[in-house]
Amino acid sequence: MHLTLWTYEGPPHVGAMRIATAMEGLHYVLHAPQGDTYADLLFTMIERRSKRPPVTYTTFQARDLGSDTAELFTTAVKEAYERFKPEALIVGASCTAELIQDDPGGLAKAINLPIPVIPLELPAYQRKENWGASETFYRLVRTLARPVETRAAGKPIRCNLLGPTALGFRHRDDVHEVTGLLAKLGVAINVVAPLGASPADLGRLGEADFNVVLYPEIANQAAQWLERTFGQPSVKTVPIGMGATRQFISEVARLAGVDPTPVLTSAAARLPWYSRSVDSTYLTGKRVFIFGDATHVMAAARVASKELGFAVVGLGTYSRELAREVREAAKAYGIEALITDDYLEVESLVNQLQPEIILGTQMERHIAKRLGIPCAVISAPIHVQDFPARYSPQMGFEGANVLFDTWVHPLMMGLEEHLLTMFRDDHEFHGEALPSHIGRAVRTPRTPEASADPPPVSLATETAVAWAAEAEKELKKIPFFVRGKARRSTERFAHDQGLSMITVDTLYDAKAHFGR
Amino acid sequence: MNERAAVSDMSPLGGCGTIEVLQERGQREVFCGLTGIVWLHRKIQDAFFLVIGSRTCAHLIQSAAGVMIFAEPRFATAIIDERDLAGLADLDAELDRIVHKLLDRRPDIRLLFLVGSCPSEVIKLDLSRAAARLSRNFAPRVRILNYSGSGIETTFTEGEDACLASLVPELPGQGRVATPSLLVVGALADVVEDQFMRIFAQLGIASVRFLPPRRATDLPAIGPQTRYLLAQPFLAETARRLEERGAQRLAAPFPLGAEGTTLWLRAAADAFSVDPRTFDRVTADGRARAGSAVARHRKGIAGTSIFFFPDSQLEIPLARFVARELGMRPLEIGTPYLHRRHLAQELEMLPGGATISEGQHVERQLDRCRSLRPDLVVCGLGLANPLEAEGLATKWSIELLFTPIQGYEQASDLAELFERPLVRRARLEV
Repeated sequence: MHLTLWTYEGPPHVGAMRIATAMEGLHYVLHAPQGDTYADLLFTMIERRSKRPPVTYTTFQARDLGSDTAELFTTAVKEAYERFKPEALIVGASCTAELIQDDPGGLAKAINLPIPVIPLELPAYQRKENWGASETFYRLVRTLARPVETRAAGKPIRCNLLGPTALGFRHRDDVHEVTGLLAKLGVAINVVAPLGASPADLGRLGEADFNVVLYPEIANQAAQWLERTFGQPSVKTVPIGMGATRQFISEVARLAGVDPTPVLTSAAARLPWYSRSVDSTYLTGKRVFIFGDATHVMAAARVASKELGFAVVGLGTYSRELAREVREAAKAYGIEALITDDYLEVESLVNQLQPEIILGTQMERHIAKRLGIPCAVISAPIHVQDFPARYSPQMGFEGANVLFDTWVHPLMMGLEEHLLTMFRDDHEFHGEALPSHIGRAVRTPRTPEASADPPPVSLATETAVAWAAEAEKELKKIPFFVRGKARRSTERFAHDQGLSMITVDTLYDAKAHFGR
Repeated sequence: MNERAAVSDMSPLGGCGTIEVLQERGQREVFCGLTGIVWLHRKIQDAFFLVIGSRTCAHLIQSAAGVMIFAEPRFATAIIDERDLAGLADLDAELDRIVHKLLDRRPDIRLLFLVGSCPSEVIKLDLSRAAARLSRNFAPRVRILNYSGSGIETTFTEGEDACLASLVPELPGQGRVATPSLLVVGALADVVEDQFMRIFAQLGIASVRFLPPRRATDLPAIGPQTRYLLAQPFLAETARRLEERGAQRLAAPFPLGAEGTTLWLRAAADAFSVDPRTFDRVTADGRARAGSAVARHRKGIAGTSIFFFPDSQLEIPLARFVARELGMRPLEIGTPYLHRRHLAQELEMLPGGATISEGQHVERQLDRCRSLRPDLVVCGLGLANPLEAEGLATKWSIELLFTPIQGYEQASDLAELFERPLVRRARLEV
């Protein structure tokens, strides 16, 4: 048993719903009690889908237990088949139904429907949403993909795009962007799956020359099976950022046997020039904290560090399935990855590190708001704001442009930063002044109720160092966006030096010591 | 609970031969009782709700709330995992460990609810025993109670019923010489409580308390002198337990709209022998304000048709309000459960012509809705956008629970909730 105040991922059957909802002509019969239908609103409200997810819930009640829950399931399957006439059916249990062990797979099979019926085993007390999505996609591919006769020579090179789902972070736009990139290389799309694919489309997966894995969390397992079974190689580079997009193009070109040079040189990305433009100098060494799913955090770290010149001070993920990869990536920045699904741990690390910008999920956006730190959202879990009306991919050259804008805009502009440093005594720059671009919610006095909450984790407890009044006053002259960091490093410095009182001199000694 | 034998048949309503009830069974597009935690944890300011359940439970509450966490919430989930189920961990010991951790973290908490879920019910985890055991450890600082918000036993607002019912045995007794007192039962917005409090004071009803209280340390006393008014229609079990302790229910419609509020207040006034002229004088301003404000909205929506999907059990009182005060035409009024006794006055006031349905088979109900093409559909969040995409105007039913709608001063807000989707449609040219 573990205590959870908020969770990054839903249960695995919600992952299965993300696959079913992304597809056409597939229906999901879920053995579940009343209440589990809440998951529908994730799709209809957060993603604003105009159709209900193709899911039938059996809705069993306490009085059904031990008598006819199995019968309820069988009836639900028959009714769903009659009403929706799907091309294929997936069946499974939610957490509660898993406990009553009705065997949805066996029951559904016994009905002898004239369509493929794919049972899902998604252990709800062990696994989570992304695992559920990956497993569901894999089961579907395994069941439905047909062997192909030898591919006709002379046909255009074709690939599958694997991984985009419903409720994915910018999946819809990424598919559009990557499809365009591939077209420029002369590579046609065979099937995009699961987003928009029908069971019949999954049957044709084997006809492609290779696979592009856009979201490894979802599609790695299926791609590996396709590689083993049909000998289709996979492009594994996720084209987020300039460097990764170029690498992706070269990798695709090699598999397709085409020359990548025209596409690489014609790229209309603005990120490289904007980043080299002198006004971006102030971005140098900005301390960034990154948290989210594995794919997006690894890509974000690379872009932040190599393409914007930030310093990656923290990197973490809730994707335990890809923890090894993220740990490896973090080493490149000389840091240790945080692998957790407890947002309090994330918050506590952010508090310790005092980054200047946070790239994270909606939860990190809230942590950032509370702490008054600029933030951009880079990964699921997401909310309605993360489905913008405009075209806003993360992948490809346009995706790199989007990243530049969304990560740089929350930061203060370079000249504004200088003015703040030069005129610290301006009455509007005083110690408690709000950063104008972050909004008013920050640093308002805590309400009596909020103050009843436990104080945020602070390093101050380990250092019993006092601040002299003069030093405290001097500290207030430091702009707010680096003040927290200055306070902590000075305290650490004083602690290491064995000092019990921080004076103005200590403050500047520490500044010289850490030499930003 | 109800319609075990009757699946999709029509049965006459007890005591009211003119209204038939369509009883349905099938997929329910309704939240489970855990959802009540979303408002209850804000209502009782020193209470904490610990769900003992699965990741689904945690995900449900955070998704249903539709919000991320601003202040640290006063609810959490103890997620049961594989080790617990395989018997590798002792569930009691695990639960004790988590409760200790939680209460250490939150010394401000005075009342902890252990909330049962579908998985905890299915594995027969005895939370009442756990609550008793933990209470001994934490008394007198923290009181620990339990109730079930599981979807196999409770529908959406029945979670509040179960929560309040678990509080009833904890209420102190009134003693023998107590004079009659009034208890208003059901969570209301603080602003609404304050308004009612002022009206009761003006009526001369001195002893008025609310359940749930704003602080767990401030439980109202109860006994045979207690007269209680239900502020919400979904409190069957709470009412039963209050009556076991001698409290007497004042039968009334619910305080929605000018008419409902007046009749609700009058039930109290009559029980406390308030002079009718005093009653008229005290309520005159409120009635007038509510009446004229609602009339403004009535112009735009009178004559339009409305279809209610089952959600909160507020559907019957709401249908009564929109029919009588706004002139709308209810076509179908769905409710997850029809409490015939508590809704007797409401049902009598309801105009004929509408189908009342109890329970749900969502696909068949959608078929009926599509064929009737109502001007406005009241439904849950899972159905709203799909119906809008089919060209039907919708009102999210959850907003009717998360908005103060009771009493005179909110009658206009309530009317506006029904009017806004229609006004918006008329306004948009895209």
